[in-house]
Amino acid sequence: MSNQATINSGISSGDNSGDSPAISMVEAINLALHRAMLDDDDVILLGEDVATNGGVFRATVGLKEKFGVKRVIDTPLAENMIAGLAVGMAAQGLKPIAEIQFMGFIFPSMEHIVCHAARLRNRTRGRLSCPLVIRAPYGGGIHAPEHHSESTEALFAHIPGLRVVIPSSPQRAYGLLLAAIRNPDPVIFLEPKRIYRSQNQRVEDNAQALPLDTCFTLREGNDISLISWGAMIKETLEAADQLAEEGIHCEVIDVATISPLDRETILASVGKTGHCVIIHEAPLNGSVGSEIASLLASEALLDLRAPVARVGGYDTVMPYFRLEDQYMPQTDHIIDAVKRTLEFE
Amino acid sequence: MNIIYEGQIPFYQFLNEHSQVIQPLPEWALTKETLINYYQQMVIARQFDTKAIALQRTGQLGTYASSAGCEAIDVVTASLMSEADVLVPYYRNHAMQMIRGMELSDILLYWGGDERGNSSPAQREDFPNCVPIATQCLHACGVASAIKIRAQQRATVCMLGDGATSKGDFLEALNVAGVWQLPVVFIINNNQWAISVPRSLQSIALTLAQKALGAGIRGEQVDGNDVIALHQSVASALQRAREGKGPTLIEAVSYRLSDHTTADDATRYRHPDALKTAWEKEPIKRLRNYLHAQGWWQEHNETEWQHQTATLIQASVEQYLDTPPQPVSAMFDYLFADLPEHLVKQRDIAVSRDSGESSCNSNSSGNDREAAS
Repeated sequence: MSNQATINSGISSGDNSGDSPAISMVEAINLALHRAMLDDDDVILLGEDVATNGGVFRATVGLKEKFGVKRVIDTPLAENMIAGLAVGMAAQGLKPIAEIQFMGFIFPSMEHIVCHAARLRNRTRGRLSCPLVIRAPYGGGIHAPEHHSESTEALFAHIPGLRVVIPSSPQRAYGLLLAAIRNPDPVIFLEPKRIYRSQNQRVEDNAQALPLDTCFTLREGNDISLISWGAMIKETLEAADQLAEEGIHCEVIDVATISPLDRETILASVGKTGHCVIIHEAPLNGSVGSEIASLLASEALLDLRAPVARVGGYDTVMPYFRLEDQYMPQTDHIIDAVKRTLEFE
Repeated sequence: MNIIYEGQIPFYQFLNEHSQVIQPLPEWALTKETLINYYQQMVIARQFDTKAIALQRTGQLGTYASSAGCEAIDVVTASLMSEADVLVPYYRNHAMQMIRGMELSDILLYWGGDERGNSSPAQREDFPNCVPIATQCLHACGVASAIKIRAQQRATVCMLGDGATSKGDFLEALNVAGVWQLPVVFIINNNQWAISVPRSLQSIALTLAQKALGAGIRGEQVDGNDVIALHQSVASALQRAREGKGPTLIEAVSYRLSDHTTADDATRYRHPDALKTAWEKEPIKRLRNYLHAQGWWQEHNETEWQHQTATLIQASVEQYLDTPPQPVSAMFDYLFADLPEHLVKQRDIAVSRDSGESSCNSNSSGNDREAAS
């Protein structure tokens, strides 16, 4: 997991996909699910509306037809049950991929994720393990009903024994989902639904996983490090583009695995730039951004030439959609934070 | 008005509380071998329980959940399970774990605060004790789903208490076990108490077994102090599960003869007369009186077995007490298959602290010192 490899895997995005068609993130997820199920009979899909309907976002479309109802399972409507079943299946050596239809409905399943999935290997000293993936669309920006737009990833990042992975492009969705499925431990795979279909990218169905626990450096720059994940990568890259026109060169890091954090890549970047803005959609209070800021305060203090800035959601309840745009961090907010940080000196 | 559904809950009892046979016995119970085995195992379970409580009282064991009163349920069920079946216990099933192959010293190790008590290879694919109430019901359904997906002829056995029947996990598990026809047997040890809350405050339903009917699965009630009734009910349920004929809910009616755990004092909420009555019905005495009456178990058998059991348990206690503690690194080593980098650093700090070295060594960064302090 060298930083060089990290940079390579990020920079190469979009360059080596041959004649593969350009597809959206949700199609890339579907492609990865097909690939994983084809390669490994132990991979099982379960969730609400995942089989016949192909998922409410169509992430699982075609899988029932290809792999049958024994492996692509419409469950009764109970999120707690879905997670509990996945724990039992995983303990038997299956590799269940459970879909929670929206992250806002994941809370009934938290007991099984936190008290069982995250702990089974540890509390049996390796006798049993829990190689499951829980997929859930998350985040705002699509004018959805109440409870469909929150970003509560920090709740999971806090739990020892869990991995929390968030893709930000079709290619990374394909490679990271394959990695999550192959990982021998539980992975919470959160899909930023705002960018499910906003960007098409060539994705080669080459069965190649991308590394977990590793940041992706999407753009190199010497002036300031912009650290983000999920859908906010879109605004972060836009801000970097606009700032480049003013001669400000941003390094853009997609954290991708928010827990456990790839501290080395973040520290190396800030060591180089001396400035940092952390961007996320989730509320600022107790966020993964707080953890990154804490990391920089304790390990990069002498590298920093300005305070670490954070651009995030307000510490409010996620508003219903008429005020949604006012809640969401915007490209301009990022640009302002960058300029304030650089002007500190 | 037409009645579109009527349910029935059968009740099984062969040996009543006076050790009298109240209906013709099944063939296996006409000879002594199985019954004597059940009796002997129950004696071990009871003596183990007494010893574990004594260890806790003398500061040599952590909080411990007594199994006094559910010996018949556990011994019969575990004895009928095959090696390939999977046990998904709650936290009162020490006798089942013992019969499934766990060393008593490992059971003590668990209650002595050491995760290695969940790691015995003898447990094979069995789940470890489940402390969060009723969550194990869904794990059992997940295990049973895997068995069904792989078209194996194995049964999953899920143990729970009467309090657990109030939880959504239990009802969700019954529901999915029914709709998917899973090879699972749920056994409620209805010992009448969920810590201080009596059975009457959990549900107004006449039986807990009838919860099965709402899920469209078979439910039955059995005298949980009668090994013969238990054997009949559990053996049939296991056979149905292994043959792909669907799940069963068995409510085994017993009585918790102990406090909830060693941290509890049941005299605060339970009338001594109720406990006295329960001791009149308890499973070990009931079977012993029957075996005596049949001439299958004499006083000298009893003396010898009690003595042998005490020797066995003493040896397990010594083995438990002689088990050295885990290295401090163990709290990190099984968190993930591969330990992430920052946890390697925290492990190094924990190890150096434990060995008495300064925590401010050159390997520990500021953030990790803070995280681990």
